[in-house]
Amino acid sequence: MRVSGWGGYPIIDADLSNAATQEDLRKLLEATQPLIARGMGRSYGDSANHSVVAQTKYLDHFLELDTVNGTLKAEAGLSLREILRVLIKQGWFLPVTPGTSFVTLGGAIASDVHGKNHHLSGTFGEHVLSMRVLLGSGEVVTTSPLVLPDLFHATCGGMGLTGVILDATIKLIPISSSKISQKTIKSRSLEKSFRAFDQNFAATYSVAWIDCLKTGSSLGRSVLFLGEHAGREDLALSLKKPITVPIHTPAFLLNKLSISTLNASYYAKAINNRSKDVPLTSFFYPLDAIGGWNKLYGKQGFIQYQFVLPTEGGLSNMREILKEITKSGSGSFLAVLKKFGPANKNLLSFPIEGYTLALDFKATSSNISLVQRMDEVVKDSGGRVYLTKDAVMKESTFKATYPKWQEFESVREKYGAIGKFASSQSKRLGLA
Amino acid sequence: MKKILILGATSAIAEHCARLWAEQGQALYLVARNEDRLAAIASDLRVRGASSVDTFTLDLNDFDRHEEMLARADKSMGGIDIALIAHGTLSNQKECEQSVELTMQELRTNALSTISLLTLIANKFEGNQSGTIAVVSSVAGDRGRASNYVYGSAKAMVTAFASGLRQRFHNSNVSVVTIKPGFVDTPMTASSKKGIMWVGPDYVAKSIIKAIDARQAQKYTPSFWWLIMNILKIAPSAVVKKF
Repeated sequence: MRVSGWGGYPIIDADLSNAATQEDLRKLLEATQPLIARGMGRSYGDSANHSVVAQTKYLDHFLELDTVNGTLKAEAGLSLREILRVLIKQGWFLPVTPGTSFVTLGGAIASDVHGKNHHLSGTFGEHVLSMRVLLGSGEVVTTSPLVLPDLFHATCGGMGLTGVILDATIKLIPISSSKISQKTIKSRSLEKSFRAFDQNFAATYSVAWIDCLKTGSSLGRSVLFLGEHAGREDLALSLKKPITVPIHTPAFLLNKLSISTLNASYYAKAINNRSKDVPLTSFFYPLDAIGGWNKLYGKQGFIQYQFVLPTEGGLSNMREILKEITKSGSGSFLAVLKKFGPANKNLLSFPIEGYTLALDFKATSSNISLVQRMDEVVKDSGGRVYLTKDAVMKESTFKATYPKWQEFESVREKYGAIGKFASSQSKRLGLA
Repeated sequence: MKKILILGATSAIAEHCARLWAEQGQALYLVARNEDRLAAIASDLRVRGASSVDTFTLDLNDFDRHEEMLARADKSMGGIDIALIAHGTLSNQKECEQSVELTMQELRTNALSTISLLTLIANKFEGNQSGTIAVVSSVAGDRGRASNYVYGSAKAMVTAFASGLRQRFHNSNVSVVTIKPGFVDTPMTASSKKGIMWVGPDYVAKSIIKAIDARQAQKYTPSFWWLIMNILKIAPSAVVKKF
C-alpha cells in the first residue's frame, strides 16, 4: 500500500495494518519490527511513514470523563475532532489544540503539538497527566511527569520512536460557550507585526496570517487574530462533514499571481480592530471545513515548513528568511506567524521562546533546495524546524538544532525502543 | 429513553450503532465474547452520553444461556424496546470447503445462533405486544457465490427466517428489520482489498438506526446494493458465473 503524510511528499510502499485491539497491536509488534504507529496521517512529511505501519484507528474509545477534576482518559486513536464533538456540548475543551482537529490523541502527544495559546499554556504534552505506552519488549508501562519521567519526556514529542502510546489522561478546560470572541489587528510591516504580538501577550489565543509575497517596506504585513472564550452560555456546535476536494487539482493553479491575489484580498478584507464572536471551529480549524485541501497542490504534493527563531535577533533573522522567500517567488498559500512562550522539558519538542512561521510550498526540486537553504539560516540563528512538518531536513541540521537528541537516544535504548520503532524520518535524521 | 439490547456488541457495525444511540441518551445492554473489549466499549458509551450501560460476557454459540441473557437484559434495563442482532464471523471459504466441521461451525455461528435468538426475542416481544428486532444479514445471502457461499448461505437462512417472522407479526406492534450491508470496512474484513464500493461502519450504523426508527422491513446499505442484488438474483447462472 502507498503511504504518505498529509503533504503527499514523500510517498513510500508500506504494509499498513489496523490493530483491532491493544492486544493485536502487541502481537503485531512481536511479529514485525521496526514499525511506526500512525494515527490520522496528518503529520506532513514522513514521520508516520515506514515499511511497517500500525494504524490506531480502531483504538478510539473514550475511557473516562472525570467531571469533578476536569480530566479525560481516552485511547490514543481517538481523534481530537471526536473529543470536541462529544465534549464541547458538555462544557469542556482541550487545553491546547493544533490547527486541525483531524489528529489523534496519540499523534498530538507524539508531536507535542502547540496551538494559538502556546505563549501562555505551552504544548499539548504539558497537559498530559499520564499515559500508557507499549514498549519494544511488548511490556506496557504507565508513565507521567513523576513516574518514569525520562520516558515521559522522551515520548511527548518523541514522534512515536519510544513506543506506541495506548491511552492517555489529559487535563480539560471548562467552557461556557462554543464561541470565541475574535479581535483583528492589521499591521503594515514585519516590525509592526512583531510589536502587535508583544502588545497582546495577555490575549489567550493569538496568531497572525502573514503575506509572504510583499517586498520592501510592506515585507511581513499581517493580520493578527486574537481570541478569548466567549462568556455567554451557548454550547451548541455544528461540526459538519467537510466539503471534499475530490481530485488533485492541476498544480499550476497555485501560482504567484493567484496566491498574491488571494493574499491581497485577504489583507484588504480584514477590518482593523474589529471584534466579533465566531464559532470555535472556524477560529481554530479554518481548513477543516475543506476535506482534502492538500490536493490543491496537485499530485506532486507539497512541503509544509515551520521553523522557530529565538526572540533575540528574531526580527532581523525573520526578515532575512522572508526576503529569501519573496526572492524565490514561490509564494505560500498560507503563512502563519506566532509568538511562542518558553520551551518545555520534552527532549524533541519543537517550541522554543521566539517567533515561529509556518508556510507551504509545492514539492518541486527548486522549492526543496529553497527549504534546505532556509534550514541553514534557521540553524545559524539558533532556531529549529518542526519535525511534524519536516520532509527534507538533513541529519546534520537535525543534530545541531535538537541538541538533546543524544539524551533521546539513550532513553530509547534504556526502554528497548531501538530496532523496534523507526520511521522514514528517523532514519533520514540518523536516529538508530 | 429507549432500552436497547445489542448482541455482538464488539462488532464494528454494532459499536457504531451503539455510539449513535448513546448520544441520544438511550439505555444500552451489551453482549459479546470479549470481556476487556466490552468494558472499553461500555466506558466509551458512558462518556458519549448513554443513560445507562450494562454488559454481559457470553459466546452466543452457547445457546443454553440465551434465555438467561435475555432475562438479565430485561431485568437490568426494566424491559427491552429494541434488539439488534449483529454478531458473526466472516468464514474462510477456502478452509470451509475442505472441512465439514468448520462449515458446520460457521453455520452455527452465523445462522443457528441468530435463529435461536430471533425465536426467543420474537416470543418475548409478542408477549409484550411491542418491540423492534433488527438483524444484520448480508447482501451475500441474496445469491450464493463461489467466493463466500458458506457465509452467504448462513445469511440466506437469517434473511428467510426474519422475513417469515415479519409476516407472522404483520398485524401486531412488533417489527422485524432485516439489514443487508454490502462491503463494510471493519476489522472483520481487514484482509479484503478495498475499493469504491466500500463504506465505513459509521455510514452503515446511521442507515440501520434510520431503518429501525422507520420500522423498515428490509434495508440495503448503501442503498445501491438493492439494485445490484436484484439484478444478480434474476441473472442467469451462465452470466453470473463470469463475475
